Parts: sequence; structure tokens; C-alpha cells
Amino acid sequence: MNFAITIPYLLDKVWIFPAIMAGSFLIILFFGKRLSERLTSGIGIVAVTACFVLSLVVAGQWIARVDHPPTGAEMAAQEAECGATPSEANAEDRASEDASDDGSTSVGSGDQGESEPAADTGSEEGSLPAVGVGPGESASAPPVETAAPAAASAEEGGEGEAVPPVCATFTWFQSGEREFGAGTLLDGLSAMMLFTVTLISMLVHWYSKEYLRDDRRFTHYYAFLSLFTASMLFYVLGTNTLQMLVGWELVGVCSFALIGHWWEERANTNAALKAFLTNRVGDVGLILGVIITFYAAGAKSFDIAWINEYALSPNASTGLLVVGALCLFAGVTSKSGQFPLHTWLPDAMAGPTPVSALIHAATMVVAGVYLIARLYPVFYSGLEIGSRGIHYVALIGGITCLVGASLAFVQQDLKKVLAYSTISQLGYMVMALGVGAWTAGVFHLFTHAMFKACLFLCAGSVSHACHHTFDMREMGGLHKKMKTTHICFIVSGLALAGIVPFAGFWSKDEILVGSYEGQGSPYTIMLVMGLITAFMTACYMGRAYYLTFRGEYRGHAHPHESPKLITVPLGILATLSAFVGFLNWPFYFPSAGLVHRFEHYVQPTFLFPPVEVAKFNPYIAVFSILLAVLGGVIGIGYFAKGRPLAGLTDRVAPLRWGYQFLENKLYLDKLYDGLGELMRGRIAAAMYWINMNIIDKVVVGAGVASRVAGGLVYRYVDQGIVDNVVNGSGAASESSGQFLRRSQTGKVQQYASLLFGGAVAFVVVLLITIRLASNV
Amino acid sequence: MLINQFLFLAAILFCIGVYGVLARKNGVMVLMSIELILNSVNINLVAFAALWGTRAPAVGTEATAATIGPVFALFVIAVAAAEVGVGLALILMLYRNRRSIDIDDLDLMKG
Amino acid sequence: MTEEMLPVNIAFFAIAAIMVFSAIRVVTTKNVVHAALWLVGVLAGAAAQFILLASEFMAVTQVLVYIGAIVVLFLFGIMLTRAELGKSDDLDNDRPQRLVAGGVAVALALVMGYVLWDAFRAQSFSLVGSTTAQLGQTTGQISDSIFSTYLVPFEALSVLLLAALIGAIVLARRD
Repeated sequence: MNFAITIPYLLDKVWIFPAIMAGSFLIILFFGKRLSERLTSGIGIVAVTACFVLSLVVAGQWIARVDHPPTGAEMAAQEAECGATPSEANAEDRASEDASDDGSTSVGSGDQGESEPAADTGSEEGSLPAVGVGPGESASAPPVETAAPAAASAEEGGEGEAVPPVCATFTWFQSGEREFGAGTLLDGLSAMMLFTVTLISMLVHWYSKEYLRDDRRFTHYYAFLSLFTASMLFYVLGTNTLQMLVGWELVGVCSFALIGHWWEERANTNAALKAFLTNRVGDVGLILGVIITFYAAGAKSFDIAWINEYALSPNASTGLLVVGALCLFAGVTSKSGQFPLHTWLPDAMAGPTPVSALIHAATMVVAGVYLIARLYPVFYSGLEIGSRGIHYVALIGGITCLVGASLAFVQQDLKKVLAYSTISQLGYMVMALGVGAWTAGVFHLFTHAMFKACLFLCAGSVSHACHHTFDMREMGGLHKKMKTTHICFIVSGLALAGIVPFAGFWSKDEILVGSYEGQGSPYTIMLVMGLITAFMTACYMGRAYYLTFRGEYRGHAHPHESPKLITVPLGILATLSAFVGFLNWPFYFPSAGLVHRFEHYVQPTFLFPPVEVAKFNPYIAVFSILLAVLGGVIGIGYFAKGRPLAGLTDRVAPLRWGYQFLENKLYLDKLYDGLGELMRGRIAAAMYWINMNIIDKVVVGAGVASRVAGGLVYRYVDQGIVDNVVNGSGAASESSGQFLRRSQTGKVQQYASLLFGGAVAFVVVLLITIRLASNV
Repeated sequence: MLINQFLFLAAILFCIGVYGVLARKNGVMVLMSIELILNSVNINLVAFAALWGTRAPAVGTEATAATIGPVFALFVIAVAAAEVGVGLALILMLYRNRRSIDIDDLDLMKG
Repeated sequence: MTEEMLPVNIAFFAIAAIMVFSAIRVVTTKNVVHAALWLVGVLAGAAAQFILLASEFMAVTQVLVYIGAIVVLFLFGIMLTRAELGKSDDLDNDRPQRLVAGGVAVALALVMGYVLWDAFRAQSFSLVGSTTAQLGQTTGQISDSIFSTYLVPFEALSVLLLAALIGAIVLARRD
């Protein structure tokens, strides 16, 4: 079947995805109040289902493209469209590309374009394509093109050419002589994200119709769900970091709105604020990272391809790249719940359960992981992932794994257990990316979306039955009453724990192997952390399972199975989490052209660093399975009859302290609250004090000083000196006059005395003068 | 006869007259002292007339130095008489207005 | 020469002594009438000196005018101003003024004495053997001189006397 005829080429028109969801948002926003619940949810559901169907088409078309990459000038044009510099090598004809395996895979990919909601792309349903290449070949990553003027590297057998993503851009704005574009970039990663986001969003839309029936703000909810989906799709389709920034912030806003959906309760508002503000803290790093990468790549373009090209070029400035990478990672830390900015995630469980499933399990929190995956050359070159040594990203990922898993033990709230589990799994993804196992991390993102969403929706189903409580102390013994939910929970739980053959096993195992082998040198610490976390994951999931479904019912409601609208999405997701792991089947299988299909189509070949994909290691696989089983047994056995270990933490002091430490969430919340209080209270007060006493005093003092100086001048100079001189001269005249006045007695005889006396004196003087003159 | 003896006599009388002018409070006494002064001047003039009469030839045409003396003295006497007349008239007026001839009371020009 | 003049000198000194003494008494007496009388003494002595100087006209004129008219005038003035007859303490200024006056007088005397001595030293003259006519001081000669050479001053003097007369009358009028 030739879909090129019946279905239009969508890859350069993927802007319709966010457009459809945005349209749905606007319609619900403006008209939702007047419509019934059914219509409102209907609009949202129709929009998102349409997007899901289209995402399947897009995925199929992408697969076709990978199998038949464009040639020569068309390739160069598409590379230029993305913002990268087209290479001359692409102008060569690729006659060798039409190898037999491509032909067979294209047949297979044709089948994959079917739009069945339950179908996976490239699953073992449908005809298996002919054997493509053996595992040995697939184990080596398709050699990638390095930076642009360099010639294209040699391909092997036609597979592994650099397939540029499909970009469609327009000029967004101009600044100076620079033009900044915007548009869509579609490659395997984007297609995978499209599929995941639309699938989970669609299931959540169906689920919410029942879960939030008769809710007080039904319309708001669906409006924000649509907006969120639109933002997330916009985010994953962005061509440049500015678009990613816009999408990032928008999903943050939607998260805030949806967590605080029942804002009448103070706790929900606080949780929403906490989520938003904690994300804000990381967003500073994100913005800095965007700016730094922009300037590092020559201050010409925000395009991802441009930045990646720069990062892969041999003369890239490693210093700038590492700073940029770390700044970007700060954003990832907050959005993807890494330690230490993970504290908002458990509190975000205050929102409705479908929201938790969609946003805080499957899609929004993986925005950070997507960022690293998309800008992987920056991280790879900056943090030198290919070299020896501990890498910051991997380290934080590993720590997050452990922190999340350990804190999941002490939760009484089922959703909080799942929240910490999410944190832990996000740590896995980040750790995978940190050690260079790109495909492993992204694949884990994919599988985690499935089973974690399923787990959350199961939790929602359980609480729906137990009168909206999530406290596990009020649950128990539900396996008899909620069979479908029970089975789905088991399946997803096993997937999470990493038991073969469920999805989680394959992805988690790839991560472990990736850290075992690394890029040439093993990351032993990460391996150990990953193994411990795997053990702990199974342990707390076992605990959660037992507390929820086993034992005796401790609550007050009458639990029963949830309606279809809730259980059908559960079933779909459970099925997916059971089988989707096979997409990256690592073994040679006689009829499998199936090997590493996921990696083949998703891992970018265009502008991608030469990461090595680790081979399947059976020892690690078996060891991790054993650990998981052991953990599960311990987790359940803790609560089994007899409960030999119960009360252990109360009796043993160090364990009690450890328990308290964990129960208080590592006192991180207290630390942040204290910091906030410090900022708000002390530092603000100090600033205020400085302002009032120092700055104001300086100003006031200047004024006072001039006034005092003026007064001094007035008193001493003006009045003291000047006036005194003036007055003094007057007074002197007067006093001298008064003095001389005494000679005016009015008495004639005194005048006469003076007259005669003066005459005598005059004569004497005259005589003397004459005498002297005559003597001389 | 020394000319100086006459001149000294005149000088002494003059000084006594000055003393009287300055020291006497009574207006009439002051006028009397003024008479003393004028008399001393007369003696001076006449003495000189005698001196030149015995000594020098005539000054001028017909009048001699000796003649000038008495003539001048005559004039002085006449003027002195006029002055005493007017002066006493003044003192009389003063007495009528103030009932006293204390010239210390005449300090209306006091500044 | 001096021997011939000896009686003149003795007469001179005697009269001079009397004159000086009288003058002193004029300015120091506490009796107004006595002061007028002592003034007479001075004036008389002056007349005698004029005779010694061979100016008979002057002597007579002095007696006639000064003593005859002026002193009488003084006495009339004393009478009309009801001056205290007999001793009165109201004639002298207070002591500081008298001291100043004395000082001035003494200074004046000293200065004049010095000047006169310095100017005339011991010049002398003798009137022995000279007649008044020879001296040119007869009445005829004086009047000749007044009415010829010194006519204008004489006329002026007449006017002055007239003015003084009228002035005195006007001033002393009782209205």
C-alpha cells in the first residue's frame, strides 16, 4: 500500500498537532460554560483522538523516511531548512541506499501506519519484515555526520545514513540583521513524543470524563487539558530553543492550573504554588542555558540543529558548552524532578489523578529528559560523556533514583508512592542520558509513560471506589472487588519493577547495561545505584500493592469496580506496558527485523554524537531480575501473615531515625521552607533595615547635613562674622561718636581751653621745626 | 630799657587774661579778663612804637613806625569799648532770660 | 645809657609789679566789684606805662575811655545783673577747669617768653633826650595819621561803633 497517495505528507505539516489542541482549548474556553459536560469533554476527546490518529500516521511516515531517506539536493535543502549547514557529501547520489533490507522494511513500515489505537508501531503484530541486519551491526550506532563541511562518513549497507529531520520554518521576528525563525522539527524523537503525548492525553481525556463527573469546574479542567496537550506538542515540535522555552513555560502554567484545580482547599493552592515556584528556580538555569548556547554557537541562531552542529564541531568551546549544559540541566532538575528540586512532585499529587497521570508521570516531567535528548550534542561535548570520569548529569540522576526510591517507602498515600516512584524513574532516565545511553533513556521514557500512567489511573480507580481517599491505611483487600484494576496494577507494577517480559525490564536493563559498559569505560557507581534502586523499586511496589489490594479492607466505603470509561484506558495501558518493551528487542530473532527498531527509528542520525549502544548483557539482566524478585518478596513479605518484620523501625533506634528522616522527606522541605523563610523573613527584613537605616539615613543625613551646614553658615558666618562686621562698624562709629561727643560740652570755656592749648602746641611744633631746620 | 621787659609784661598780662577767660564762671569776669588781654596788646603796641620811634626811619610816607603804634592802640581801645558794650548787653539779656550769668549754663550747643 | 634810664626802669618795674599783682587779683578775687576795682588798677598801671613810653595821648585816652567808660560800664553791668555783692563762691569754675586753664596759661607764658627772648634778646632803647614829637606820638601827629593815612580804618571803626551802639541798645531793650 502506498500511503503516499491516500494520505498527505504530514511530516512538514505537523504544526496541526498543537493547532488542533489549541483550537480545542479556545472552543472550550469560550463556549464550554454553555455546553454540557458531555459536549465539553467531547470536544476535547475528539481533538485529542484526532491528534493521536495523526500521530500514528506521522510515525509511519517517519519510518518510511528513515528507510528511504531523501537524496542529494533535497537532503541539502532539508538540512538547511533545519538551520544546519548542508554538507556537500549529501549532494552525491545514494544509489546504494535501496538495499534489500530497506525494501522489506518499507513494506513492514507500510503496515505500521495503521491507525489502531491498540496497535503499536512496529510491534510483532503485522508481518515481520525480513531480516535486516544482524545484531552485531545494529549494536554499532549508525555513524553520524560530524560537522558540516566535513564529508559524510561512510555508511554501511545503506542503513545508518544521516536522515535529517523534517523542518518547516517561517521567520518569526527580526532583530538587527538577524532573523529568528520558528516552526516545526520532526524526527524520530519528535514522532515518538507525539505518539506518547497524544496517546496518554487521549486516554486521560476518556478517563477524566468519568473521574471528574459533576466536578465544579469541569470546563476549566478540559480547557486546561487541551491547552496542556497543545503546549506539550508545541514543545516537542520546536525547532529552536526559544520555542522550547515557550512550550516549557506553558506546560508549567498548565501544571500550576491543573494541580490547583480544587483550589478551595488551601493545601491544593500551596501545592500548585510550590510546583510553579520550584520550577521557576530551575527556569533561571534554563534561560541562562538558552542564552549561553546561543552565544556559544556564534550568536546567530537559536536553532537546535545549529547549536548541535556547533557542539559537535571540533573547535567548539568546551567551557562555554559545559556551562551551558549545566545551566540547561538546572532547568531539567526542576522540571524533571531531580534531586534537589524534586520536592514539588509529591505535593503535586494534590491535583486530580488523571492530571497526575498525564502531567506528572508521562509527559510534563519528561520535558526535561526530552531537552537533554534533543540537545544531546551540547551535553555530550560539554560534559564529555564519552570520556572517563563521573559526570554531573549521571550523578544527579543516580542520586535521584535512590532518593525517590527510599522516600517511596515511607508514604501512606498511594499517589505519593507513585510520585516518588516517578522521581526515581526520572532519575533513571537522566542517569541513562548521563552515561551516554541515549536510546536507553529515551526508551525508558517511552515505556515509563505507559506503565506509570497505568499505575496512576489504577490509583485513581481505587480511590474512586474508596470515596476519594488515597490513604493506603484505609484500603486493603481490593483484589476481590476490583479485578480489572487489580490486574492492571499488577501488570504495570511488574513492568515498573523490571520483571521480564514486561516493558520496564527491557528499558531498565538497557540503562543498567549502558552504565555497566559506558562509552568505553564503565560507570560502576551508576550501575550500583541503578541496581539498588531496582531492588528498592520492587520492594516499595510490593508494599504498595499489598497494602492496597491484599489483606483485609480497612476503610469505610463500599468499593466496587469502576465504570468502563475508567477501566478501558487502564486495560489499554496495561497491555501496552506488557508488550511495548519488545520494540527494542536486543536479540537476534529469526523472524525479527525487529531488532532495535525503536533505536533505529528514534535515535537521531543527523547531528548526533557518536554514542555507542551497549550490547545486551545477560548477566546483568538476570541479576537485575533476581534483585527485583527479591525486593518484591521482601516488600510483600513484610506485610504477610505473621509480620515478623513489622514494628522494626519502632524498636531499633537507627532505623527509627532513618524512618523519620525519610518520613520528613529528607528534611528537604524543611530546608526549603527555612530558606524561603530566611529570604522572606530575615533577608527581607535585613534589606528593609538596610534600606531604612542606611540608605534612607544617607539620604536623610545628606539633607540634614546640608540643613545643619546651612544653619551653621547662617549662624556663624552670616550672623557671626558678616553681620558682626557690619554691626561692628556701625557700633564702632557710634561708640567713637559717643566718645567724641563728650568733647562737645557746649561750654565755651572748654572750647577756648582747647583753642589756646592747641595754639600753644602748634606754636611749639613750629618752633621746633624752625629750630631744627635752622640747625640743619 | 629793654624792649623785652615791656613785652614780657604784656605776655604776663596776656596769660593772666587767658587764665581768667578760662577759669572764671561769671560772664562779667570773663569780659574783664578779655579787657586784660586787650590791654596787654596795647602795651605791646605802644612799646614797639617807642622802640621804632627811637630806632628806625619812617616807614611809609608820612607816618612813622612810632605813630602806628598809638593809632593802632587807639583803635583797639575803641573796639574794646564796643565789644564790652555789646557783651554786657548780651549778658544782660542772658540774665533776664535765665536769672543767672553763669556761662556754664550756656551749654545749649552741647552735642 | 642805663644809668639815665635807671629811674625809668625802677618806675617801670614798680608799676609792672603793681599791674601784675592787680591782674592776678582780677582773676582770682571772689568779689565782683573788687575785681572791677583791681581792673582799674591794671588799667591805671597801663596808663602809667604809656607815660613812661612817651605816649601821653595814649595814656590819657586809656584813662578816659578805659577807666572812665568801660569800667563804669562794667559796674553798671554788675549792678544790672544783680551780681552778688561781697564774697561769692560762684565766680570760678571747678577745680579741673581751673587747672586746665592754669596749665594753658602757663604753657602760653612759657612759649611766648621763649619766643620773645629768642627774638629780641636784649635789645634796648632809650627815650632820654627824645621828645614826643620826635617820636611822632604827639596828639597832632596821631590825629594826622588817623585822618589821612588811616582814614578808612577810622571810618570803619566809626561804623563799628555805631553798629555796636545800635546792637547794644537793641539787645538790652526791655521788651
